[in-house]
Amino acid sequence: MELKKLISGNNENLFLLGNEAAVRGAIEAGISVASTYPGTPSSEIGDLFSVLAKDSNIYFEFSVNEKVAMEVVAAAAASGLRSFTFMKHVGLNVASDSFMSVAYTGVKGGMVVLTADDPSMFSSQNEQDNRNYARIANVPVLEPSNPQEIKDMVIYGFELSEMFKLPVIVRTTTRVSHMRGIVEIGEININNTHSNTNNNINNTNTDNINNKEISSNVDSNVYWTKGRFEKNPKQFIPVPENALVMHKELVFKINKIEEIANRHEFNKIFKFNENNSYGNFGVITSGSAFNYVYDVVVKDNLGLDIFKLGFSYPFPRKAFLEFIKDKSAIFVAEEVDPIIEKDVLAIIAEFNLNVVVFGKLNNVFPLIYEFNPDIVRNSLNKVFAGIKSIGVNFTDSNSTSDLVNKCSSGIDFNLLKNLIAKFNNESYDSFNPTGSYEDTWNYNKELNDLIESLPLRPPTFCAGCGHRATYFAVKRAVEELDIAEKDVIYASDIGCYTLGINPPYETADYSLSMGASIGDGCGFSKATNQKVLSFIGDSTFFHSGVSPLINAVHNKSNFVVTILDNRITAMTGGQPNPGVPVDGVGDDAPEIPIVDIAIAIGAKFVRIINPINMKKTVETYKEAIEFDGVSVIIAKYPCVFVKSQKKKYSMEIDYNKCTDCFDCVNLLACPAISIISNKSVIDSSACRGCTTCVQMCKSKAIKVKRSS
Amino acid sequence: MDDSYNIFICGVGGQGIIKTSVIIGEAAMNEGYNVSMSEIHGMSQRGGIVSTELKIGDYKSSVIESHCANLILGFEPIEIVRSLNKANNDTKLIFNIRPIVPSNINSQTNDYPNIEKLIAILKDNYEYTFPIDANKIAEDVGSIVTLNMVLLGSAIANNDFILSKKSIIESMKSNLRSTFHEMNLNAIEMGYEAVKNIG
Repeated sequence: MELKKLISGNNENLFLLGNEAAVRGAIEAGISVASTYPGTPSSEIGDLFSVLAKDSNIYFEFSVNEKVAMEVVAAAAASGLRSFTFMKHVGLNVASDSFMSVAYTGVKGGMVVLTADDPSMFSSQNEQDNRNYARIANVPVLEPSNPQEIKDMVIYGFELSEMFKLPVIVRTTTRVSHMRGIVEIGEININNTHSNTNNNINNTNTDNINNKEISSNVDSNVYWTKGRFEKNPKQFIPVPENALVMHKELVFKINKIEEIANRHEFNKIFKFNENNSYGNFGVITSGSAFNYVYDVVVKDNLGLDIFKLGFSYPFPRKAFLEFIKDKSAIFVAEEVDPIIEKDVLAIIAEFNLNVVVFGKLNNVFPLIYEFNPDIVRNSLNKVFAGIKSIGVNFTDSNSTSDLVNKCSSGIDFNLLKNLIAKFNNESYDSFNPTGSYEDTWNYNKELNDLIESLPLRPPTFCAGCGHRATYFAVKRAVEELDIAEKDVIYASDIGCYTLGINPPYETADYSLSMGASIGDGCGFSKATNQKVLSFIGDSTFFHSGVSPLINAVHNKSNFVVTILDNRITAMTGGQPNPGVPVDGVGDDAPEIPIVDIAIAIGAKFVRIINPINMKKTVETYKEAIEFDGVSVIIAKYPCVFVKSQKKKYSMEIDYNKCTDCFDCVNLLACPAISIISNKSVIDSSACRGCTTCVQMCKSKAIKVKRSS
Repeated sequence: MDDSYNIFICGVGGQGIIKTSVIIGEAAMNEGYNVSMSEIHGMSQRGGIVSTELKIGDYKSSVIESHCANLILGFEPIEIVRSLNKANNDTKLIFNIRPIVPSNINSQTNDYPNIEKLIAILKDNYEYTFPIDANKIAEDVGSIVTLNMVLLGSAIANNDFILSKKSIIESMKSNLRSTFHEMNLNAIEMGYEAVKNIG
């Protein structure tokens, strides 16, 4: 598919990635402003806006961090524009301070916040469940299960947002954001202002926006629709006097929204008990978990009714009560936290119902990690097996569907209660929170040995990566200063350089969050007498490394801060950041020099190095480590994925000089160097010509190839 | 769900696995099937594992159940071994025999396995095992970048493949730049012949 189809196509089917569907949804909804800080699994959304925003009359920026991104769209929404921000789950932690307030102040134009959670942590430091944020902030949550629903829910999110003047969360997970599926696209809404939409619960926002005129008067380069901010301190300034009113209104709104959730089509019952034979067991589920439940129920012919929650907060209590009125037991299948389950238990307690709940809290479903069809099947079968074990006799058949049938036609409520007691009493040792199942496939021994003996394939620094050269030099400097590795603390951060955790580098001892390496460095340098070295990337430094550097200098800390400036936001696929002279849509932009920031903050030792110059880099590190105070080293070398990077040199190994020490393989772990037939060999197609191996070879056997 | 087909594709970042999968997925859509696809590529640019799962048929989820793949297409030999928890006795295993050795192999306890032995074990255990030297075929076609199209050609050569060669080729054309259509077409044909000759 051509990308342009995302903005040119109308009323057709496209095979879209969830993140592509999110972009199409926002464009169909006629947004005017979009902002983000890149983070997997939401990164592709920003990459697409980067290319498509201008042609869609949308202002798009890569903000310096998620909090700023949140503030940009909040202000745009307060000005009557539909605005969209999206981030990975932990990004919402950064943005949460302003997010909590925008729930109070509300919006005029629709505002949708997409949070892409990462169950199983494919590329994140935790798997927090951001549906919890909806409860803290009191904002509605929509939970799509596939790309079509992402598109539909983003569009509906704007409508709901405008109806209640509230931001709306769309919560995806990696499996949904990175799922491709058939998406029926609609028509693009070319009207970019929405402060006059119907269904307002109050009529305070009926101002007429004459955006075209304003935008053409201000700047001919402005290609997006402008809104207009109407002063209203009672709405927009949450000082205590106003906030007291705002919170009251917010609670009122959420109660109103629950009425909509109760009858909304996103909350849908799938009936599988047409002949009412399996009727009184059901499943309530959302997101990816719904997909697995549905497939297992169909394939195994279980006859369980499914209540799919798409509009999951505020919890649709009436719709749920309707669903369980003929049920004696329900499963709750959700990733990651037992959130629906607790809502369900509260309702059952409130109405004193005889319905048994099988979920995470009684060890039926795993408490952590993403689900899959096998895990869901395992969890369901655990209960069916349990029912059997507590004495419900099913002598005539062993099939699961028959089992359910029997249960439905006369299971004793107390027996089910006993079953929960049994699950709760499982000893901690036998409790497996992952829900992972044994692969019971009968592999023969030879094959099993092969499977068990596979080497791992951890991600690694690319051939030609400047981080490798920097880490190599740091280790050498520490060694030459005769400092034991145990007396050095490497505080790392969030980016490619965290891969320094792996051998042979082992330059990541502690890491918390974006920007934390410098704050952690402050702490370690005060708390210990060990040498502290912090590593942070250029984009991460702009994101949240500047404040802790101010802290370090002001509070007279003593450690080395390395800013690994590879001229790109590399880990997320190569987005620009304030350190490069290009903005989010490819236009020229002022470059913010990191060195000027460090000097302005007052660091007394500031050096820019090219880490590829090994000797100089080692010397600089020796000086920095010995320096009393905060020393800042900016290791500047572009990522191999920065466009226009050309291969500089080719390498060759002089086997007359090579002593087969294999230091080049063992100490660099460069993907371009491997051992073949007991010799180090450089793969010239993989080599990027950085010369790090040439400089580190003790016997001077690796040389730059003379061009012929 | 009889009229359904599950494909697991695996390899190493940079081999063109995602593009290959999208081509198959769009071809399925164009033939009127429901199709969903899962792709995991968090740190793929840094030499990590990339895998995709395609489920063609009446499914909601995009994750293939254990031992339920109809076809596993491996771009790298140890990665196909890593994916055997998706294979059953009828699964077609089509894979490239050229290793990409993990760059920190010397820091690991396990060595890279012997390829001949690996192939022999797979053949002993799976009736439909098709090892091919896709790198060599791609180089013969004219460029190593056609590796993924060679493997795509191999995939569609197995006799129960659910989609037509014609729709795969049309989908390739709408996904890749027209200047390379001829070369890629060639690659698909050569990959197709390679498996036809074994099978």
